[in-house]
Amino acid sequence: MPLLEISDLTVDFKTGGGQFRAVDGVSLTVDRGEILAIVGESGSGKSVAMLAVMGLLPWTATVTARTLAFDGRDLLTLTPRERRRLVGKDMAMIFQEPMSSLNPCFTVGYQIGESLKVHLGLSKSERRQRAIELLDAVGIPDPERRLSAFPHQLSGGMSQRVMIAIALACRPKLIIADEPTTALDVTIQAQILELLVSLQRETDTGLVLITHDMGVVAETAERVSVHYAGQKIEEQPVAPLFEDPHHPYTAALLAALPERATGKRLPSIPGVVPGQFDRPPACLFEPRCRFATERCRTKAPPRQGAIAGFALCHYPLTHGRPIGHPHPEGREVAA
Amino acid sequence: MNAPVVLEASKLARFYSVSRGAFNPAATIRALAEASFTLHAGKTLAVVGESGCGKSTLARLVTMIEEPSEGQLVIGDTDIVTADKAALKKLRSDVQIVFQNPYGSLNPRQRIIDALAEPLVINRKEMSAAERKAAVLDMLQRVGLRPEHANRYPHMFSGGQRQRIAIARALMLRPKILVLDEPVSALDVSVQAQVLNLLVELQESLGLSYLFISHGLSVVRHMADEIIVMYLGRVVERAPREKLFEQPMHPYTQALLSATPMADPERQRDRIRLKGELPSPFNPPSGCAFHPRCPLAFDKCRVDRPELRFHGETEVACWAVERDDRAA
Repeated sequence: MPLLEISDLTVDFKTGGGQFRAVDGVSLTVDRGEILAIVGESGSGKSVAMLAVMGLLPWTATVTARTLAFDGRDLLTLTPRERRRLVGKDMAMIFQEPMSSLNPCFTVGYQIGESLKVHLGLSKSERRQRAIELLDAVGIPDPERRLSAFPHQLSGGMSQRVMIAIALACRPKLIIADEPTTALDVTIQAQILELLVSLQRETDTGLVLITHDMGVVAETAERVSVHYAGQKIEEQPVAPLFEDPHHPYTAALLAALPERATGKRLPSIPGVVPGQFDRPPACLFEPRCRFATERCRTKAPPRQGAIAGFALCHYPLTHGRPIGHPHPEGREVAA
Repeated sequence: MNAPVVLEASKLARFYSVSRGAFNPAATIRALAEASFTLHAGKTLAVVGESGCGKSTLARLVTMIEEPSEGQLVIGDTDIVTADKAALKKLRSDVQIVFQNPYGSLNPRQRIIDALAEPLVINRKEMSAAERKAAVLDMLQRVGLRPEHANRYPHMFSGGQRQRIAIARALMLRPKILVLDEPVSALDVSVQAQVLNLLVELQESLGLSYLFISHGLSVVRHMADEIIVMYLGRVVERAPREKLFEQPMHPYTQALLSATPMADPERQRDRIRLKGELPSPFNPPSGCAFHPRCPLAFDKCRVDRPELRFHGETEVACWAVERDDRAA
């Protein structure tokens, strides 16, 4: 049984302009000791899907799913009290902005101690001891002195280390890291990613890494799920995904990276991610896809099997060529 | 590089005085110290470094938003330190800037046509309204937007389109130099590629020189002809693009390159791990500013500050590199 099992997760938001579907039929599993990366551009619903798992969405959101289970427990029928016992203890989250996720009014030591007190009921001296251990584990020099530091006294990298320490405090089974290094400099990003992966290996937790950075995915993830406009469009282990992407969006996204460019012109994807009012009727990527046909405009694409990377596409690619496509060369699309 | 020089900076520096409360004396931060570089016509010079390295200060000096505290900055053939007001005014339309965040750099209450015409209203007083409108529509088309977009407001555009508008506005006065301060870091990958392509096209068709400021090395590798790497307000390495990526000399450049995640799971990961964080600019380390984090540091680095010296085509400020050169 997987640690986290999501099937057919859909999240709708009530907005002034009607219902907006942010997550559309997403299915995922995460096992213990595994690193799953969720990749997608802004508006792909990657963060919203994970916030739904944590139960952190505002009241305007409606969450429906066939299964939403964590460690054998159904998250959909959980009472708020039961959820509070679970979230922060067995399931922890690390957010993008370390500077704004810490409470500026309390010391680092107090904020780490908070979850230890609530979830584990440790005494004051035990909490202090454990907090020192944790700060040491996340590589903060002189942890004893740092306990009484306030967030504004820490740099971005140090604050993110504190956030990781808080997430690890109760030895969770699953950590969800939402763009944990986006706000940090590259040399600090390398340190934080290395720390996350080594702690994850040591403690055998499951790690969900939400990111938009293909470089981070290539270097840390084991399995990758690619999202576009709320849908999961492909899922593969990391090496084959970069070697042979099956969905045209994944292929185009990889080709658009400057580091993979061969000429001075980048093969860019025309257009933008569809919003609330210009959602295509069938395949959501169709208006930007160079292989789109009439069928893509009228009929929702099927989910392909494991061999085609679970691609949500009528004509999944194999080594850049669409299978079963009437004109496999594709059309030239203007940028 | 044989192209004519359009901008030359020598020993450019900018200090800020920062008050530290009523009971402490004001401190001086050297945001930029002794930066020297040249920008050639039609070329791209990239400035790379982490936060606090002085790259945005550099952009403010080059665009004449601020005056340098020390050093010389020659744009075209005018030295901006000694130039009079009229000459400076003329120079200002030769150097334009595109900011990082396209959401913050456009006035939400101004239609696109007004935002784009504003530089003309101020600087080209002889132009009639009809001429201005024609110029705006022409520029919109150049950056890949349609004429009907002219009457819309910034909130009606996506991030990529807004960055196109910001680029169009910067080009309205036909500048010779365009300063690009992290122009694509706020954009998604697929949109980023569109904007980078646009910048390449515009450079070719208008013969622009770019000062491209970025922390992303893969973008720089795609765009730049020459690269300077900065650390804590100083240039630590300057090299042509291929040289910098194939044979980085300064240990900081090497660390930066190895820390940048590459979209290639097969890549060998013999990562150079930098210890610690960027030191406080209030109290920069003695000697070489990089020595507390440097894997190659030795006694001399803690005492003396290295100067930029040529090693082949690369200019680098590092004692360890110099020592190896002498040994070889």
